[in-house]
Amino acid sequence: MIRFLLKGIVRDRHRSFFPVLIVTLGVAVTTVMHAFMDGMADEMVRNMARLDSGHVKVVTRGYGEIVSQIPNDLAIRSADSVMAALEARYPGMEWTPRIKFGGLLDFPDSTGETRAQGPAAGFAADLLGEGSGEIARLNLAQSLVRGRLPSSPNEILVSDEFASRLGVEIGGTATLIGSTAYGSMAVHNFRLAGTIRFGIAPLDRNMLIADIADVRYALDMEDMTAEILGFFPTTVYDDGAAELLADDFNGERPSGGPAGLRMLTLRGQGGIGQMLDMARSRSAIIIAVFIVIMSIVLWNTGLMSGIRRYGELGVRLALGESHRHVYGTLIAESILIGIGGTAAGAAIGLAVSYFLQEVGWDISGMMRGSSVMMSNVIRARVTPATWMIGLIPGMAATILGAVFSGSGIFRRETSRLFKELEV
Amino acid sequence: MPRAGQNGIFPGVIAMSILQAERITKSFPGRAGPIEVLKGIDFSAREGEVIAVLGASGAGKSTLLHVLGTLDAPDGGRILIRERDPFTVSDRELDEIRNRDLGFVFQFHHLLPEFDALENVMMPAVLGGVRDRAAHERAASLLADVGLEKRITHRPAELSGGEQQRVAVARALMNEPAIVLADEPSGNLDDRTSERLHTLLLELSRKKRQTFVIVTHKRELLERADRGFVLEDGLLVPAGR
Repeated sequence: MIRFLLKGIVRDRHRSFFPVLIVTLGVAVTTVMHAFMDGMADEMVRNMARLDSGHVKVVTRGYGEIVSQIPNDLAIRSADSVMAALEARYPGMEWTPRIKFGGLLDFPDSTGETRAQGPAAGFAADLLGEGSGEIARLNLAQSLVRGRLPSSPNEILVSDEFASRLGVEIGGTATLIGSTAYGSMAVHNFRLAGTIRFGIAPLDRNMLIADIADVRYALDMEDMTAEILGFFPTTVYDDGAAELLADDFNGERPSGGPAGLRMLTLRGQGGIGQMLDMARSRSAIIIAVFIVIMSIVLWNTGLMSGIRRYGELGVRLALGESHRHVYGTLIAESILIGIGGTAAGAAIGLAVSYFLQEVGWDISGMMRGSSVMMSNVIRARVTPATWMIGLIPGMAATILGAVFSGSGIFRRETSRLFKELEV
Repeated sequence: MPRAGQNGIFPGVIAMSILQAERITKSFPGRAGPIEVLKGIDFSAREGEVIAVLGASGAGKSTLLHVLGTLDAPDGGRILIRERDPFTVSDRELDEIRNRDLGFVFQFHHLLPEFDALENVMMPAVLGGVRDRAAHERAASLLADVGLEKRITHRPAELSGGEQQRVAVARALMNEPAIVLADEPSGNLDDRTSERLHTLLLELSRKKRQTFVIVTHKRELLERADRGFVLEDGLLVPAGR
C-alpha cells in the first residue's frame, strides 16, 4: 500500500509538486525570516555591547540615573584602582574605561582661523594602552576609510561623513572646544589621523574617537572615567551571567550616594532590554502569524485536492477501503509532502540565510537619520534554531491542513459521502 | 430452473440466494415532502446469475444498486448478502464485505488516472492486504480475460472508453466477489462497444460463476440476461421478453 501511495504522490503533480512547492516556499521564507530577525537582534546587541554598553557597565549611581546627559562631573574617580579591583574580583572578564563627551570640533586654516567646524559626538577609549583590545573590539582597522589609526598621543579619528562634510584633510589640526568635568571651558588641539565609517548611521554622522588619556587631559578628568565596560571572554552576551555578576557587584554596595558604583547589565541599560524583548516578541508574532497563514493555505490546498479527488476517494471507499484508512492515507501523504517540502524549503532557506549572513543586505538608504545603533548592512544569523524553525510550518501546518480538510471524509456517513463523491 | 415469482422471489430457494432484498424502501427529501424512490423492493439473486434491471431515467435504478451494494442504507426492509445483513455489522466488517463480496462497475469508469491499467486492477486486492506478487499475477490474468493483456502498462488516459470500462470490469472482479453490481456500465459507450462489453460480462459470469446485477437502459441486455426486471413506480417487476 505504501508503494501505491508513493506512486500516486509522485505521478500526480497536483498531489505532489504543487503542495511540495507551497511547503518549500513557506519553509524557506520562515527560515530566512527567522534567521534575518535573529541576525538583526544579534547584530544590535553586539553593536550595543562593543560601542556603548559592554556586556556589563560600571558607572556611578548619579551618572547612571542621567546617563543620556553625559554627566562627566559624576564620573568614576580613582578609576585605576576601581579597574584593578574589578580585574582582581572578576578575572575572567575584560574591563576597559570609556568616556563619552560632546563638543565643537574646529578645523583651522594655516593662519589659525576657523576654516570649518561642527558639533562632534566624542568617544574616548583606550586606543594606545599596552595590551588594550579596544582597536580590535571597535573594529577600527576594518572601519578605516582614509589615513591611519592613531599611533601617538593627541591623534584622533573622525567619521568619514563628518570629515567630508567639513572638507578637512588628514594630518590637519582639529581643536575640540567643550567643557571639562568641572564645568569650565576645555580647548584641546588634536591631529586628524584618519577617517572611519562604522556603517551605523548615528555614529557615522559626527563621530570623534580619541585615546582616553588625551581626553582625560583635555576634559580635566585625571584618573577618572565615565564608564568601565566589562566584556565576557566570548562576544556572545549571556544575560544570566551578566545578572549574576551585577547582583554580586551591587550586593556589596547597597548605597553610597551619587558617587557610589553600580554595575548595569546590557539589558538594564537605556531600554535595551525592552527593545530586545520587543524585537524577539515581534519576531515570534511574525513567525506565528506566518505559520497560521501557511496552515490556512495548506489547509485550502488540501481541501482543493480533496475536492479534486472526490471521485477517487469514493471509488476507494466503494472498493472496501475504510474511512479510517482513507483518512490515514491522506495524512500519510501529507507527512511525505511535509518531509519533502520541509527538507527542500530548509535547504533553500538555509542557503539564502547563509548568503545573507556572509554578504548582508545594505539598508543604508533607509538608515539615514536613524538613531538606532544598527548596522547599515543587516545580516542574517544561522543558528541551530534556524535549522529547526521551518519544521513548524512545514510539518505541523501540512499535517494540520490534511487533518482538517480530511476530517469530513472521516466523519461523514458513507451514504452521504457517495452522493458528495459523485460515484 | 425454478421460475421467479412476483418481484423476483423464488419460492423455496431463498436459502440458495446470495443476494436478497426484503421490502426495501428508500426516499429522499424533496421540497414538497419526501420523494419515495423505492417502495418495497423484494429481490433475490443466485450464484452465477446475470440479472438485468431496466428503468427510465430517475426511476431509482442507481439508488437500488447503491442499496444492494451497501453504499447507501435503506429506510426500511433489509439486505442479506450471503445471509448476513451488512447494515447490522460493524464498519470494519462492512468494509470487508464491500472489499471481498462485492464488485462495482460504475457508469463512468472511475479509474485512478495516475495508475496504469494493471495497478488499477490490483487496487482492491492491495486494499484487502493481498501480497503484491499475487495481486500482480491475478490482475494480469484478469486483464487478459478482458482482452487487454497488451495494455497493462497504459494509464486510463491512454485507453479508449471501451477499454477503460473493461479495466473497470477487471477491477470489479479482482477479489473474486460473489456479486458484481454494474451501474449502466455501457452508458457512455457506442452500440458496438456496448454489445462487446455485455458479451464480456455474460461470459465472465458464466466462466467464474459470479452473480451480476446490471442496471441498464439498453433493452438488448435484457434479452441476454438470465432474468430481467423493470423498475417502475418504485417497484421491481419481471420484464416481459
